[in-house]
Amino acid sequence: MLMSLFGIIFGISFFVITQAQTSGFQEYFIKTILGTNGAIRISDRFQDVDETVSKISQDGKIKFKFQNREGAKYIEGIDYPDKIRNALTAFPSVNGISEVFEDNAILQTKSRSQSIQLHGIKISDHLLVSDLKEQVTHGSISNFLRDNMGIIIGSRIAERVNLKVNDRVNIVGKLENFQLRVSGIFESGVSDIDKKRCYISLPTARSLSGTRFGGSIFQVGIATPEKAPQIAAQIQETIGHRSVSWQEREKVWLDVFKALRVSSAITVSSILLLSGLGMFNVFAIMVIEKTRDISILRSIGFTRADISSVFLWQGIIVLFFGIIGGIICGILGTFLVSKIPMQIRGIFKSDTFVVNWDFTHYGWAILIASLFVGLATWIPARRAAKVEPAKIIRETL
Amino acid sequence: MVNRNNPGQTLLQVKRLEHSFTIGEEYVQALRGVSFEAKTGEVTAIVGPSGCGKSTLLYLLGLLDRPDKGEILLDNKSVSQASDQVRTELRNKNLGFVFQFHFLIKELTACENVSMPLFKAGIQRKEANKRARSVLAKLGLGDKAERFANKLSGGEQQRVAIARAMVNSPSLLLADEPTGNLDSENSRKVFQLLLQFAREESTAVILVTHNPEIAEKCDQILRMKDGQIVRD
Repeated sequence: MLMSLFGIIFGISFFVITQAQTSGFQEYFIKTILGTNGAIRISDRFQDVDETVSKISQDGKIKFKFQNREGAKYIEGIDYPDKIRNALTAFPSVNGISEVFEDNAILQTKSRSQSIQLHGIKISDHLLVSDLKEQVTHGSISNFLRDNMGIIIGSRIAERVNLKVNDRVNIVGKLENFQLRVSGIFESGVSDIDKKRCYISLPTARSLSGTRFGGSIFQVGIATPEKAPQIAAQIQETIGHRSVSWQEREKVWLDVFKALRVSSAITVSSILLLSGLGMFNVFAIMVIEKTRDISILRSIGFTRADISSVFLWQGIIVLFFGIIGGIICGILGTFLVSKIPMQIRGIFKSDTFVVNWDFTHYGWAILIASLFVGLATWIPARRAAKVEPAKIIRETL
Repeated sequence: MVNRNNPGQTLLQVKRLEHSFTIGEEYVQALRGVSFEAKTGEVTAIVGPSGCGKSTLLYLLGLLDRPDKGEILLDNKSVSQASDQVRTELRNKNLGFVFQFHFLIKELTACENVSMPLFKAGIQRKEANKRARSVLAKLGLGDKAERFANKLSGGEQQRVAIARAMVNSPSLLLADEPTGNLDSENSRKVFQLLLQFAREESTAVILVTHNPEIAEKCDQILRMKDGQIVRD
């Protein structure tokens, strides 16, 4: 029984620790992508040609709608940013809108050159929809604000071409090339972004590209990021532009995290299952050993329910102490894991193991442990209640 | 309702009781139409050779098993086919059972063993222990109340088993060879206790015995052979 108790304690604590880690990585990843690319991105659209065929049968059961896009004009980016901005402000959950003009360019220093992805932004707007301020590791946002010809470059680019704050770089665009000064270096933790992306002011980006109007996208911040898919769908329905939520954008990674969480939960639940099996064995043997005592109790007026409850209470007591021990070990274990130094770069940036403190992990662990222990106790308890005293006494004599 | 202050009233009526069971693959027709009555304040002895159905009859009377046919009326109420709940309650409040091999719970003390039926009846632990000690003291075990059951001698264990059967003042006390494993001195003591209990509490006592001396001292003797009462 002691082994089963330890099994429950370890099972619950391991469950909590592994869930804290996997969900910690997931939460940190979500925070990173929300802080880098925002909750919703609004981009191109097809011009509405108003050719819609619809049919609803008389009883209302058959509905048919066909929207003809043949000959519809494809519009890259946002063509009327002010109108779209006005429309977006009508959405109560939208708390930030940043117009971003994206284009490719070449970054040149005296010794090296590298292809980069330019993001032309209005910094005051962009800070509302990103964590760029926190991501700047060298230099500052105020440098960038002061200097129209400033550039914030990704950390991997800075490493590769050996750039420091206040260094001058030559940016070669489609139409122009400008000398810009490095205002800051940012590190998002997402290697694809850190080795490609540079931020410059929106007018400078347009000048480099020779695109005076249109072609930009909107990065939108919302108060409830978990509702981004519904809000993106509403936005797309309202303004006609393609709106993509962060969940849709990062579906692959989110599915990977989900698979990891489920897989670790299944693996760790096996500890609880083994504890349950151990407990089942103990109780099953106990019922066999105690049939004589059960018969005595039945003969002096104990009901079947009384007999079951003797075993069920033992199970409940073991489960109770298992849960208490498991929660304490889970909290301690999660805390210790969070202190393990580990440099992570690639999909986010962290220098320690990332954990997520979430009560639901404890809830699930308790639920799974209760289920296994409940079954492990209930089956022998039921068998004990079915003992026929006369038969046992007759066989004992 | 039988008046416990008025001994000699019919408490138990057994009518044409039949019962069979299987042991392994062997079919045993244990009882073949047993009928008799037992009265309050009287001791009835059931005697007969081994395998004649004495113990089986006692288990049926103790509501530990159900007869195939026939009827058991306790206090004029048919109980043989009553629900499990009713039978369990009757076992707790109206019946006392003394088994041949004591059947005590060895992990409990003598006092705890005796208190068990009282706990089940809903009596508080303190009061139950007090009553258990009182019964144990009457049976000469006052100083052994806190001893674990397996630390007592055979005679003492049997007296503890009798105390457990008596503690709820049952209207019917059943004893399956209560003196079977005791020496003559202890056998005499145990029988005297049962007799005294029957007289003082107006309880109907039915005991299975192989001891002719004890049987002769009972108010009624039922002789059994091949699952039937042959003479009484």
